Amino acid sequence: MIEIAKYVKAESLEEAYELNQKKSSTIIGGMLWLKMQKKRVGTAIDLSGLGLDTIEETEEEYRIGAMVTLRQIEQHAGLNALTCGAAKESVRHIVGVQFRNLATVGGSLFGRYGFSDVLTFFMAVGAKVELYHRGIIPVEEFARLPYDRDLLVRVLVPKQTQKTVYLSQRNTKTDFPVLTCCVCSTDEEVRCVIGARPARAVCLRDENGILKGGITPESAAAFGTYAKEKITTGSNLRGSSEYRSILTGVLAKRALTAIASMEGEE
Amino acid sequence: MQIELWVNEKKISADIEPDLLLIDFLRKQGCKSVKRGCETANCGLCTVFLDDKPVLSCGVLAARAAGHRVVTLEGLQDEAQEFGAYIADQGAEQCGFCNPGLMMNAIAMFRENPDPTEEEILEYLSGNLCRCSGYEGQMRGIQSYLAYKREKGASK
Amino acid sequence: MEEKKLSVINKPVRKKDAMSLLCGKPVYVDDIVPSDCLIVKILHSPYAHALIEEINTAAAMKVPGIEAIYTYKDVPDNRFTMAGQTYPEASPYDRLILDRRVRFVGDAVAIVAGATEKAVDKALKLIKVKYQVLEPVLDFHKAKDGPVLVHPEDNWKALCPVGADNKRNLCASGVDEDGDLEGVMEDCDLVLEHTYHTKADSQAMMETFRTYTTIDPYGRLHVISSTQIVFHVRRILSNALGIPKSMIRVTKPRIGGGFGAKQSCVTEVFPAFVTWKTKKSTKLIYTRKESQTAGSPRHEMELKVRLGAMKDGTIRAIDLYTLSNTGAYGEHGPTTVGLSGHKSIPLYNGNLEAFRFRYDVVYTNVQAAGAYRGYGATQGIFALESLVNELADRLSMDPVAIREKNMVREGQVAASYYNEQMNACALDRCVARAKEMFHWDEKPLAQDMGNGKIRAKGIAMAMQGSGISGMDVGSATIKLNDDGFYALSIGAADMGTGCDTTLAQIAAECLECSVDNIVVYGADSDSSPYDSGSYASSTTYVTGKAVEKACQELREHMMVIAADIMGCGCEDLVVEPDGIRTADGGKRVSLSEIANRSMNGNTEAVQVTVTHSSPISPPPFMAGMVELEVDKETGAVELLDYVAVVDCGTPINSNLVRVQTEGGLVQGIGMALYEDITYSSKGKIAESSLMQYKIPTREDICPLRVDFESSYEKTGPFGAKSIGEIVINTPAPAIAHAIYNATGVWHRELPITPEKVLMGILSHEN
Repeated sequence: MIEIAKYVKAESLEEAYELNQKKSSTIIGGMLWLKMQKKRVGTAIDLSGLGLDTIEETEEEYRIGAMVTLRQIEQHAGLNALTCGAAKESVRHIVGVQFRNLATVGGSLFGRYGFSDVLTFFMAVGAKVELYHRGIIPVEEFARLPYDRDLLVRVLVPKQTQKTVYLSQRNTKTDFPVLTCCVCSTDEEVRCVIGARPARAVCLRDENGILKGGITPESAAAFGTYAKEKITTGSNLRGSSEYRSILTGVLAKRALTAIASMEGEE
Repeated sequence: MQIELWVNEKKISADIEPDLLLIDFLRKQGCKSVKRGCETANCGLCTVFLDDKPVLSCGVLAARAAGHRVVTLEGLQDEAQEFGAYIADQGAEQCGFCNPGLMMNAIAMFRENPDPTEEEILEYLSGNLCRCSGYEGQMRGIQSYLAYKREKGASK
Repeated sequence: MEEKKLSVINKPVRKKDAMSLLCGKPVYVDDIVPSDCLIVKILHSPYAHALIEEINTAAAMKVPGIEAIYTYKDVPDNRFTMAGQTYPEASPYDRLILDRRVRFVGDAVAIVAGATEKAVDKALKLIKVKYQVLEPVLDFHKAKDGPVLVHPEDNWKALCPVGADNKRNLCASGVDEDGDLEGVMEDCDLVLEHTYHTKADSQAMMETFRTYTTIDPYGRLHVISSTQIVFHVRRILSNALGIPKSMIRVTKPRIGGGFGAKQSCVTEVFPAFVTWKTKKSTKLIYTRKESQTAGSPRHEMELKVRLGAMKDGTIRAIDLYTLSNTGAYGEHGPTTVGLSGHKSIPLYNGNLEAFRFRYDVVYTNVQAAGAYRGYGATQGIFALESLVNELADRLSMDPVAIREKNMVREGQVAASYYNEQMNACALDRCVARAKEMFHWDEKPLAQDMGNGKIRAKGIAMAMQGSGISGMDVGSATIKLNDDGFYALSIGAADMGTGCDTTLAQIAAECLECSVDNIVVYGADSDSSPYDSGSYASSTTYVTGKAVEKACQELREHMMVIAADIMGCGCEDLVVEPDGIRTADGGKRVSLSEIANRSMNGNTEAVQVTVTHSSPISPPPFMAGMVELEVDKETGAVELLDYVAVVDCGTPINSNLVRVQTEGGLVQGIGMALYEDITYSSKGKIAESSLMQYKIPTREDICPLRVDFESSYEKTGPFGAKSIGEIVINTPAPAIAHAIYNATGVWHRELPITPEKVLMGILSHEN
């Protein structure tokens, strides 16, 4: 269990950032992962008083505060309309409603956990994170960065016309995923993100032009094979590297096939 | 540190350690219905309402609940009696240790979605583990409670 | 068969404590004990096998609030077992409260007691232990006669002749056989043999292990514990602490689930020791992690089955060798293994000419096993039912037909079941009813759904016992009170199963009153009549019969009082629901008159205690059928339908037998598909939390369709047998069967995860 010497409800982002520069400080998001850590925290910094618990919609994007819960993501009509329900699908398997009412987007993303459904989803839909110090960078880039003492303020999801499909393989319905796959097809490109490899999610693009003639059952299958070859997987308690590689191909193919049938319906 | 919050509509002031979890705070306040079944936020036994939303009280710092409203099953006895009777009529309470968490989350579901489909029920309550009942009796109890509510609503 | 019209038996009577539980009333150990007691925690070993060379508690003792710290140097040198069993226990006396030798990752190294959890946690970190790390025995195949001994100590002792030998890492071994096995095998058209492997699954009851101890006003140790076995706990504590049994009282409040876990004394000895030493109240609440890693899980078993059969499907010979892993200590080791054979082989008694059942139970350096619903039968049935399904497949026979041909039937004597006669057996009707409900004959073994999924069906049968024959003791005290309500006192433990209510139903049926008119109290080692405890599927069958007999006797006493009031003889009295009248109807006294007279100038006792034990253990039977779909590309298994039909004799409470069945099925489903226990190369359990040990959620299951086909067991109360354990036994073999039908691959190791299913499909294709 975590030990906390001091709790501070930050009154400004600046204050939170300053407090967080100390090595012993920790920002608390949903606390669900943090509370299990065997560590001693000097100052626990709570961002819940900074109004970061809302999803704002602008002309160009959805601006999701770091303290927005996974349950809010699940239930947000606009975000789900934009992503063809992938937002909901990416979080609805996470433990239970009571858990998702606590777990935050900021906590989930900042942790950049290998198992993260949330990271997989936001990376695929081309989201950016707004960091207090570093500024705005794509989630894809953020996922590659080492941990630092910056502050995740918001996640920005561009209102890009898209077809998005989220799939995951789990050993039980609410377990951590064995593998996640989110494919987002926009006018410019197709992004296929594979997460829970079990390392951090990565984004695969159609560099060989497999899909350039359109997404068809055949090209989807070919892309699946490509993904399987291209994505590195590993082993943990939930699955072997070999199994994950097979799943990578299957889920990528299926997600693309689903997108093809969505396009067919139009 | 000093906190002030509402527990079952009663204002409470307390001096707490910064790392005290809400579950332990509430049990100290006499809300013994709040149960701990794990340390990993997986079981749902400690479900309470924080500003009307069902949350795992093992995942909330008591400090963070300051200024907010917390409701436990102690504060929902009428609803517990009414709905609980339908679970009791199935014998699905069994050992009972998971019951308070289930009751809380089911009540939350009824408030949010008064007429849920079976699929919606399964999904809403999936975070409430039960090792005794096999879940089916709970579902029968929920369905017959909903049928009673529909009938009651229709007769109004 | 005498069949009186029953008024409360086989009715859906609400559990007496239901509304208290549902409304979250404070009724469990940690709800009712004083909050200012000392907190006790255990320092657990990080090594699978080590000797404590030095242990220094000086720094830890300096933590403010620390009351006491105990190490192996402080505890008695009396070896004992934590198994809740009748004395002399079959489980060897192989434990100390704390030992210098630690035998698994999680074994107890020190006990710390202090005023607050924080202080105790801090002290735990400050205890300095120097270990001499030893080579552990982690492969249970290599334990027997291996070079490393788990229990080399000279004061290890086996009280019963169970074939144990600590110098060979043997907790038990033995053979049971009948007929000319090899001769029959040779004469068979076909002999099949395979090896099966089941894991050390955790009961994962929602309330973890916990115990509170205090000193009562008489200076005695009062233990309030979440236990199924108050009387056994008294003896175990006496053995462990070396104090007289008369100085110990054990009571249990409501229990948050047990499933056998709490048939071992997992936590009791530690706070009891602290309280006895300090004379202060203490409590020990195990975390989920401790419950998963220092608890009392199922025995891991490897079962080698050989089956001899004819081309027409006649099963003539069964040979089973079970290797059971009891882990670091022998709790329930010698007994669980017995069920792997004795409660699987008799299922095929129909044409059986010979059987042999051999077993070894070995010590290893992993978490000690204990009792878990099914108690070895689950493991044996997975193996045998899987092999019978394989036989049917080999012979292209319908798996139901092969069972119809060979299953045990009413009236048969089973050599493999201690030569007991099956007086009440509706297994044939269970299978027939399941077949009808499932539409077995209309469904193919497997069907490609054309969407990447294959739908398939599977079947298994099961049996269990009802109490331990000639050993389990059940008692009931029934007392008439003012105005005519009854108090029923029992030593059996309601752990959520509802036995307080079902036993009250039996009493109410006998006494022709409402269940509300019976108050129930139990279990308290001081005041309850002796009962072995709630395990081995004994409570309804054994204790229930004691209740029935006690009520009959009480009525005789009531008649004496009635006769006295009416001034007549007892012989011409007739008992009515709320009074007693003379045969001619001339005079009548009400129940309340009798009750009130019993407290006024009366010398006739209106309290009766009856003790019962049964020389036989009539098996309940059941059939289970599953329909599922396998995703050919991911290996994911989706359950679609589960039909279970049970013969538990007369169901006492129609709701509770159903919920028992559903609950057991879901535990069995978890065991079949994802509940797993794996160890690191150093012997550490990976699945130490509910985050890693995945039990089924409500989204993981399918509709469970349960029905009953009752036989009438004349030695049980109102014809009842047992229900509690059998219900966990069919899912694993039925699901493995369906997965074979879908994929062509037999999975002989549990759990059958999606990865194993997919890898099976891929290797089968190649």
